[in-house]
Amino acid sequence: MNLKLKDIVPQLITVIAVVLIFGFFTYNAQINMENRGIDFGYGFLSQESSFDVQFSLIEYDGSHSYFRAYLVGLLNTILVSVIGIIIATILGVIVGVARLSPNYLINKFAAFYVEFFRNIPLLLQIFFWYFAALRALPLPQDAEAIFGVFFLTIKGLYVPAFIWQNFSIFFYSIVAAVIAIIVIRIYAKKVQENQGKQIPVFFISIGLIFILPLLSFLIGGVKLSFEVPVLKQLATTSFIYEGGVSLPPELIALTLSLSLYTATFIAECVRAGIQGVGKGQKEAAASIGLTPNQVLKLVIMPQALRIIIPPTTNQYLNLTKNSSLAAAIAYPDLVLVFAGTALMQTGKAIEIVSITMFTYLTLSISISILMNWYNKRIAIQEK
Amino acid sequence: MSKINFLKPDRANLNTFLYLGSFLFFISFLDVFFNSFFNLNLTGFLPNFLSFVLPLVLGFIGLYFIRIEYSGIKRLDLLNKHINTNNFNAVLSLLIIFIIIKSIPPILSWFVVDASFAGDSKDVCTGTGACWTYIKVWMRRFMYGMYPNAEQWRINLSFIALVLLGSLGYFATDKFKKYLTLYYVVIYPFIAFLFIFFFISGGPVFFDFSYGIIAAILSIIIGFFIPGRFKFYYFLIVPLALYIILKYFLFFEEYIELGKLDGLNWVETGAWGGLSLTFIISFFCLIFCFPIGMAFALGRRSGFPLIRYISVGFIEFWRGVPLITVLFMSAVMFPMFLPEDFFIDKLVRAIIAISLFEAAYVAEVIRGGLQALPRGQYEAAKSLGMGYWKMHIFVILPQALKLVIPGIANTFLALVKDTPLIFVVGLLEIVGMLNLAKTNPEWLGFAMEGYVFAAIIFWIICYAMSKYSYNLEQKYKTDR
Repeated sequence: MNLKLKDIVPQLITVIAVVLIFGFFTYNAQINMENRGIDFGYGFLSQESSFDVQFSLIEYDGSHSYFRAYLVGLLNTILVSVIGIIIATILGVIVGVARLSPNYLINKFAAFYVEFFRNIPLLLQIFFWYFAALRALPLPQDAEAIFGVFFLTIKGLYVPAFIWQNFSIFFYSIVAAVIAIIVIRIYAKKVQENQGKQIPVFFISIGLIFILPLLSFLIGGVKLSFEVPVLKQLATTSFIYEGGVSLPPELIALTLSLSLYTATFIAECVRAGIQGVGKGQKEAAASIGLTPNQVLKLVIMPQALRIIIPPTTNQYLNLTKNSSLAAAIAYPDLVLVFAGTALMQTGKAIEIVSITMFTYLTLSISISILMNWYNKRIAIQEK
Repeated sequence: MSKINFLKPDRANLNTFLYLGSFLFFISFLDVFFNSFFNLNLTGFLPNFLSFVLPLVLGFIGLYFIRIEYSGIKRLDLLNKHINTNNFNAVLSLLIIFIIIKSIPPILSWFVVDASFAGDSKDVCTGTGACWTYIKVWMRRFMYGMYPNAEQWRINLSFIALVLLGSLGYFATDKFKKYLTLYYVVIYPFIAFLFIFFFISGGPVFFDFSYGIIAAILSIIIGFFIPGRFKFYYFLIVPLALYIILKYFLFFEEYIELGKLDGLNWVETGAWGGLSLTFIISFFCLIFCFPIGMAFALGRRSGFPLIRYISVGFIEFWRGVPLITVLFMSAVMFPMFLPEDFFIDKLVRAIIAISLFEAAYVAEVIRGGLQALPRGQYEAAKSLGMGYWKMHIFVILPQALKLVIPGIANTFLALVKDTPLIFVVGLLEIVGMLNLAKTNPEWLGFAMEGYVFAAIIFWIICYAMSKYSYNLEQKYKTDR
């Protein structure tokens, strides 16, 4: 053993301090809970929750357990995050590329968008969309149909529902298409490495992803019909749409503001990434006779992605965490359903807040692990 | 005159194409302009759809005609290069121009022309435009929250004093320049703390404020006679010690009782609010999260594994959870962890929570700066016989912090944008006040005006800060 006193003492002091702080907190918590007659435990999760949630992806009402309420909140959070991430990525990439456009107007327009939305607090934007902008929408009876099937009203957006027959066959056809594309990609790479020939993988992939599901319709007996929402009168002045899928205004306001806000940051990441690829790379690629498309696909994008992905991952994480602002406009996400309503009913502050925090931690860490893995895969293999 | 092929604009017929193209472009512009500003539809005789896309088609053909390379006319070349490089760009340019023209009249009429500014009741707001009267009437609430009107000069005075004290650095002569870091790191936050906490809060603790000022001034005066090598430790310890001595040993209870009589009225923190609360919280969190973040950044790069693990755990925990749950924790969970008779004000709890949260982000930024420093700096400092603390305080941190100033500014920007979240613990800064005002039965229906107003304020603050941080970034980029 070659431990020096000088190495041990600072560590020991820190550890003791941390332990003391935590001990102090736990001790107080125990006394406080004893005084208030609260017992610590997670048993409440299986009790009947007896409150309702207005928007839920799975079947839920007051007779279900608190754990089910937790799942409802979690699924709603994931729903908002996933929709937000998809829209923000698409918008962010478009704006990021537009900021590099030689066209002065497009360039300035994109810059204006980024500077405008980035510098206003997200909560203010959510409030603006929810309390000011979406409240200006028409009542259900006055709403005009968009393309004949969508109804945008003050009570939310009504879209037609898909009604599937033999959905599993359709699903399997998509899975088969994805597997086929992966196999073809690997094969194409091998062919290129061995013979130098390039197979048009992109067009084959697009063909596959359309043709296989189409076949499932023609041969597999899959049928798809739409259920269009229909206006129904409840009372003289109260109308509602029946049928179809209704998206509550909270969800719309939240996804809209989250994706508009995060897209500005993603746009900056994309711009930095593309600018980060040296000019010489493009020139070198062009001088060995690659076409502009090939330059973009084979030279610029692989290098730009390497710069873009880490900060963009951070933005995805931010979006997921920011989706907790849903509580401010009563969208039933994890924070509102679990850390709000359930906490008020049970009074189990420590258990519920810790579960909520732990859930967000898990979400964050799993996204960052996934992205780190992807990042490592596309990183330069230095020799 | 040679034959003109209208599908191929060329230099030979430059004038023809130029006049024709400009004319078409001008017509399309005029059409949209009249349509938008005077509500006139010049092409109303055409079918609906055609009249809708006609300006776009005309403008497109016009731009196509004037797209002549190397025309020799400088302006035309510039125009082509910037907005008219190819068909796709031409269409996009036209669309953007049309959108701008189309959106000017409604925005203008809402903001200015149809808006109402006069009066002080809801009755004047009859037009279709914005009701700025609402903002005017509620201005004090938006700025100061529920702070009593008669006492608001205290907030103004403190902010003016703090800005003046903060700007001292610009006027310092070379002789005093070396003390500036010390001033900003130790003395200024200390004075600011006293100002905000005791002057704005007022009440029986008002005397504390004067103790603080006396302590600060005394310690600066004595500081001039302290030899340079002890100066750091001196300013670390003495101001606080002086303050404690003044407060607990020199002045007696009677004096404090005396101070209560003609002191300031006490305003509880629950009444604070509005934009001033945004500034107060941002300021406190900045001065608190910076040292905490620095400590954890050093901890994460420490050679001791246990300290490193604790730091990593701290940083990753706070970075992994949303701020709103942290505030929830400070509101409902934190009181459970404290002794029963121990009460912490909810503003202080919110400030602690936000500071810890932001400290994790600051720690990561500072770690970036520490990692960016070349190894040689560490080795050089060690070879001069410096210990860990001396090396970091005099060699590493000054350089690393200079590198990360833009990153810190960005974190601070995020902090300012996060302050509205304190509505979770029941504190109402400007956005919270807006939501309160919006539900006032006398002023229903003006949500839009309020949010636009707050958005403008936040936008100005944040945009100014981001431009400033960008400038700093550019400045320090060239330095190295």
